[in-house]
Amino acid sequence: MKKSVFIGALTVASLTAGIAAAGTLDDVKARGKLNCGVSTGLVGFASPDANGKWEGYDVAICRAVAAAVLGDNTAVEFVPLSSKTRFTALASGEVDVLARNTTWTLSRDVDLKFDFVGVNYYDGQGFLIPKSMGVTSAKELDGATVCIQSGTTTELNLADYFRVNGISYEPVPVEGNSEAQKLYLAGACDTLTTDGSALAATRAAFEKPDDHIVLPEIISKEPLGPLVRHGDNEWGDIVRWTLNALISAEEYDITSANIEELSKGTNNPEINRILGTEGNMGEMLGLDADWAKRAIMSGGNFGEIFEANIGEKTPIGLSRGLNALWTEGGLIYSPPFR
Amino acid sequence: MTTLTDPPKATFRLSMLLYDTRYRSTTIQIIVLIAFMLGAAWLLNNVRVNLALAGKDFNFGFLQQVSNFDIGQRLIEYSSTSTYGRATIIGLLNTLLIAVMGCFAATVVGVAVGILRLSPNWVISRLMAVYVEMFRNVPILLWILLIMGVLSESLPQPKDFRGENPTASMSMFDSVAVTNRGIYIPEPLFSKGLGDIPVFWNSFEISLDLMAILAVLFAGLLIGKLIKTRAMQIQAATGVLPKTGLIRLALVVIPVLLVLWILGFHLGYPALKGFNFQGGTRLGNPLLALWIALSLYTAAFIAEIVRAGIMAISKGQSEAASALGLRPNKIMNLVILPQAMRVIIPPLISQYLNLTKNSSLAVAVGYADITSTLGNTTLNQTGRELEAILLLMGCYLAISLIVSTVMNAYNERTKLRER
Ligand SMILES: N[C@@H](CCC(=O)N[C@@H](CS)C(=O)NCC(=O)O)C(=O)O
Repeated sequence: MKKSVFIGALTVASLTAGIAAAGTLDDVKARGKLNCGVSTGLVGFASPDANGKWEGYDVAICRAVAAAVLGDNTAVEFVPLSSKTRFTALASGEVDVLARNTTWTLSRDVDLKFDFVGVNYYDGQGFLIPKSMGVTSAKELDGATVCIQSGTTTELNLADYFRVNGISYEPVPVEGNSEAQKLYLAGACDTLTTDGSALAATRAAFEKPDDHIVLPEIISKEPLGPLVRHGDNEWGDIVRWTLNALISAEEYDITSANIEELSKGTNNPEINRILGTEGNMGEMLGLDADWAKRAIMSGGNFGEIFEANIGEKTPIGLSRGLNALWTEGGLIYSPPFR
Repeated sequence: MTTLTDPPKATFRLSMLLYDTRYRSTTIQIIVLIAFMLGAAWLLNNVRVNLALAGKDFNFGFLQQVSNFDIGQRLIEYSSTSTYGRATIIGLLNTLLIAVMGCFAATVVGVAVGILRLSPNWVISRLMAVYVEMFRNVPILLWILLIMGVLSESLPQPKDFRGENPTASMSMFDSVAVTNRGIYIPEPLFSKGLGDIPVFWNSFEISLDLMAILAVLFAGLLIGKLIKTRAMQIQAATGVLPKTGLIRLALVVIPVLLVLWILGFHLGYPALKGFNFQGGTRLGNPLLALWIALSLYTAAFIAEIVRAGIMAISKGQSEAASALGLRPNKIMNLVILPQAMRVIIPPLISQYLNLTKNSSLAVAVGYADITSTLGNTTLNQTGRELEAILLLMGCYLAISLIVSTVMNAYNERTKLRER
């Protein structure tokens, strides 16, 4: 009895010890749940609501993928990750997708061995500072104490920016956004720096948001997007095309309101291919014909997700700007479904 | 048929390996060793396979790459154009700094509390007991966060020092500024300083001024010691102990003062400039919070060790000493403590090791120790998990081994010589 338990444990150990380099899709299906890495709490992007239900712009991506793959947008296990733990969690297979305001950079793509499947938010790094400081430009920040989250591109951009401008600063590295907020509000640092979208979300959560301003300088490019492990291209394709389906849906005016109607068949072949009434796109991905329809129904199309979570009518109040569709002067663009 | 029974022939059967007490222990040892090696081989193979699967190799080349991040708390020069290797060294030095500061403060507080806890004064001994129990029974991380919270929430911000009617002002004749970012104290400056010399291929610099002062100080102490030995000899020969205290003090103080004067010693005071105080030496809040928390926490344990050590010395000793007319503090210093040290030192070593390892909680308050620079930022930016963690483990192991070697040597010296 004892022996068999021991041997059993050994086999299990040797089975689970290997990272699933391929076959993430099968793993997810067998598990019946998608493991999705999100931030530990950034209102609008990923945070649990009063009932503990995760919601937000990044969360919506996870839900759309779960809907496409598993047919159920609640079949997601959200794994809150700090900026430091996120890559280890993805590399070790703890999560299948990482959707956590993560910037697409060469070294993360190539050296850390991840695949960014696209960009869901074009961002740039900015500075938040109390109005009472009377600072109007980041160039005036010489000697300031700056709160940053360690393990981010923010930390690197900050160093570059101050060096290039020949000014000095005192970095205060913190673990997460909530610590950064606390120190900033207590005046233990003069300014808080991170992605502009996160600054807007942080500021919206303040008691008196109007006492704080975001300085005009945007010191970096931060294309944020979901990513998966290198090596499992089939899985990467699924996540990539789920995001593309959401974007295309906005482009072709497929909304949660009219999707049932449109999926009965239209005279636009692209819409038909997306919604699976024409062609075999789903089959090519190893999914069924309705995958994209379910993904879009999960939280609406790209534009709907934006407006519901971080758009101008929400407290975060971000305008589409660069994140409008390419047809409306933005950068959001999906390759064709063909 | 022979009736003679031969002595049983020592035929070897396999089962004897297990049932014969002559072989059993060897058999078990071999089995354990094989199992251990199999386990280790499995782990290593696992690492190799998974590294290959993830398409990663194993090398420490990343230590030579440019780090691109800044570190606020540093003892030697560092900028974002330095390498990850140098960031690691900065972290290591910061770990050593907090370990040394922490061990020193914890020992001072711990010994005092341990002795006071045995005080006949009921209030004092109860107060000390409350302190010990409070710190011993709450996780250190909570203390660190609490102290950091108190420092950053309750102390004045730099901007409170500004304006017509500042709500905060500097203490100690305007020489010390206590802010919620750190404490700024005057720094020693030398107007006719000797400069620094680079050592180890320019990797860091040593201040010649400091060297000069230390040299003079040690020379003074050494000569003082010689004088003392000579005085003792005179006492042994004539029975009169010549008074040497003043001379010895002068030998230490006057040359040092002289050197300071020659080097043009003066203090640089912190002053509010822009966002922060500039000038002076800054003890950042992360360092302070960590230092206070680690010291007070470890001191609680050291206090218990000291108390146990003192109680291990039989009461008769102090009674005998007081019968001889020694005063209580003399009894403590001359009779009890020297003997108690022998009981105290071995567990004290493990407290020092604990403190050093607990200092890795520095990341919680953003103090740039080695866990933070190497184990977090570097690991995160380079994705070299295995290498970084192994290096980190190696560093802590090395520090711990050095601390315990030094302390064991000290223990060897103070321990009772049995003949
Ligand atoms: N885009 C940057 C920064 C990402 C990041 O960590 N952003 C912060 C913004 S404050 C965040 O999401 N924090 C949420 C959390 O602490 O979990 C990167 O990929 O390195």
